[in-house]
Amino acid sequence: MPTKTKSKIKITNKKVVQKKNLKEEVDVRTPDGGGWLYSDIVKDHFFNPRNFMQYGEEEKFKFNGIGRVGSPACGDEMVLWVQIDPKTEKISQCRWRTFGCGSAIASTSALSEMIVENSGMKIDEALKLKPQNILERLGGLPNRKVHCSVLGDKALQSAINDFFRNTAQHSRVQTAGAKVIDKELNVTDHDIEEAVLEGAQNLEDLQHKLKVGVFNKEVIPQLEDLLRFYNEKYYG
Amino acid sequence: MPLPKLKKVRDVYLDHAATTYVIPAVAKAMAPYIETNYANPSSLYRLGRINNGAINDARRTIAQGLGTMPDTIVFTAGGTESDNLAIFGVAKANADRGKHIVSIGIEHHAVLHSLRELKKDGYEITFVPVDGEGIVKVEDIVAAIRPDTILITVMFANNEVGTIEPIADIGRAILKYRQTNKTIYPYFHSDACQAAGYLDLDVEKLHVDLLTINGGKIYGPKGVGALYIRRGVKIRPMIWGGGQERAMRSGTENISGIVGFAKAFELAQTSREKEWKRVLEIAKYLWERVQKEIPKVRLNGPPFGVNRLPNNVNITFMDVEGEAMLLYLDEYGIMASTGSACTSTSLEPSHVITGMGLPYEYAHGSMRFTFGKRNTKADVDYLMKVFPEIVRVLREISPVVLEEGKKHAKIHQR
Ligand code: FES
Repeated sequence: MPTKTKSKIKITNKKVVQKKNLKEEVDVRTPDGGGWLYSDIVKDHFFNPRNFMQYGEEEKFKFNGIGRVGSPACGDEMVLWVQIDPKTEKISQCRWRTFGCGSAIASTSALSEMIVENSGMKIDEALKLKPQNILERLGGLPNRKVHCSVLGDKALQSAINDFFRNTAQHSRVQTAGAKVIDKELNVTDHDIEEAVLEGAQNLEDLQHKLKVGVFNKEVIPQLEDLLRFYNEKYYG
Repeated sequence: MPLPKLKKVRDVYLDHAATTYVIPAVAKAMAPYIETNYANPSSLYRLGRINNGAINDARRTIAQGLGTMPDTIVFTAGGTESDNLAIFGVAKANADRGKHIVSIGIEHHAVLHSLRELKKDGYEITFVPVDGEGIVKVEDIVAAIRPDTILITVMFANNEVGTIEPIADIGRAILKYRQTNKTIYPYFHSDACQAAGYLDLDVEKLHVDLLTINGGKIYGPKGVGALYIRRGVKIRPMIWGGGQERAMRSGTENISGIVGFAKAFELAQTSREKEWKRVLEIAKYLWERVQKEIPKVRLNGPPFGVNRLPNNVNITFMDVEGEAMLLYLDEYGIMASTGSACTSTSLEPSHVITGMGLPYEYAHGSMRFTFGKRNTKADVDYLMKVFPEIVRVLREISPVVLEEGKKHAKIHQR
């Protein structure tokens, strides 16, 4: 029988492989310390971030939309500047700054690349971008880092909204359709989505994450439904 | 981004509070008990007796270091287990006497999560606040004592910011409380895992009833520790079985681990004063250089001196997130740790930094460097070749600009 293994040392393939199945846990650490916590694409974006706003560039960079979002999750924050051509409605340029971990920085960088490549993405398309698209682009993120990629599409939405306001197209402003679930505690479906992204799996986690007291009994089934829904959506 | 290119990248370990390597003297002491002297110490034949003797010797060594008798030492599978045994063991054995425990909020998770678990069984926990340097006041501890208080647990030295708590003073105050109130409660437990390499652990001087120590922080093996239990303390075992460790901790003894642990403990205690001076120099050197070369930094915890472990440097770099810093440092072979929420599984920022009354933004940018036996100033030089640039680069891509205030950081929009 011919032996397949030529050498005991496995040479890790340096080529960047897109992950097909995002449901798989992405953690490429290997016992030889060769792998990395994140995929090669994430690593590349992290060490070579694209399109970020450099020192001293703020004054020069022309933009007509700015979005600033923060996540209560771990305190990460992001600002996105976009330049949209009003005629073609394509995003011609963008800049960003992010305060956060490796995957937050990489997510923003990847997003910035996606929206300006191929002579720019149309804003209608851009508004359809989902965190999943960023995840795909990055080759996935470890489960507990999924929430870092969510900030990007939120910042993009708010930057485009800003553009709509700046160009007096108020009817086109997307109102975030937050629905209040628990009136007393003012907990919305968005809050639940956020909590799930931060790892909440049950009511107890939810309570802890949102720092609220006991939920109203009548809304508990609804809360549980949403918990299940978002958990399935992101980790399912 | 143009980060400095180094001719030679080498491993620089600056995370000794996480765990330490095993030093050769310890490894040598352990070696015979891995391959040759493998017998179960409970067995009667010669090989078993040899190992039983080795464990007795180890127990004597540890007892001597703590200034106590060997029968007060119980070997466990590490610091976490010792903490668990102390807390659950005392809580369960004395529940009829009371269900109240006093502690501080910046304890290690081994203590905090054990206490949280007890809460579910109806125990009440009082967390006494610490000051901005992480130090608890003796009077505040005493004031928290109630008639139903059975246990007080306060760490000797903090693992994140190196704060040394006034254990001897607290111990004395508790003793006085017991005398005036004619009671044997509350018992006093301290987790001394981080302290063992640098501080005197004489249990008589500290007036503790229970003391946790382990091997993995003092150049000994991981997964082995001990709990000192003063004679007469009412405590129940948590692990049941063959009755080893005078039934306080059943399970075949981790013989090589115990031998190595005792050796490491002995060496750590004899060299602690010298080591204190040596690592303090390195730690101060790092802090001096950071202050000079990196703007907007803050030393977390007490100033260097008697209230701080000499090997600990915990610095907040404003406006930057810790995990990002760690990942960059890792590229240069530098190993350290952070209190950022992004690296913790719960996505919560360091409870130690926030427990000292600092806003969570400070935890986010906090980096802990802990020095040890193999470090020299050259390691600081190596770190500082790249670190200022890493911070600069990450600040450039950060939208957050914190203004250092007394209590609360202000976020400015850029
Ligand atoms: S930004 Fe905090 S975990 Fe990613």
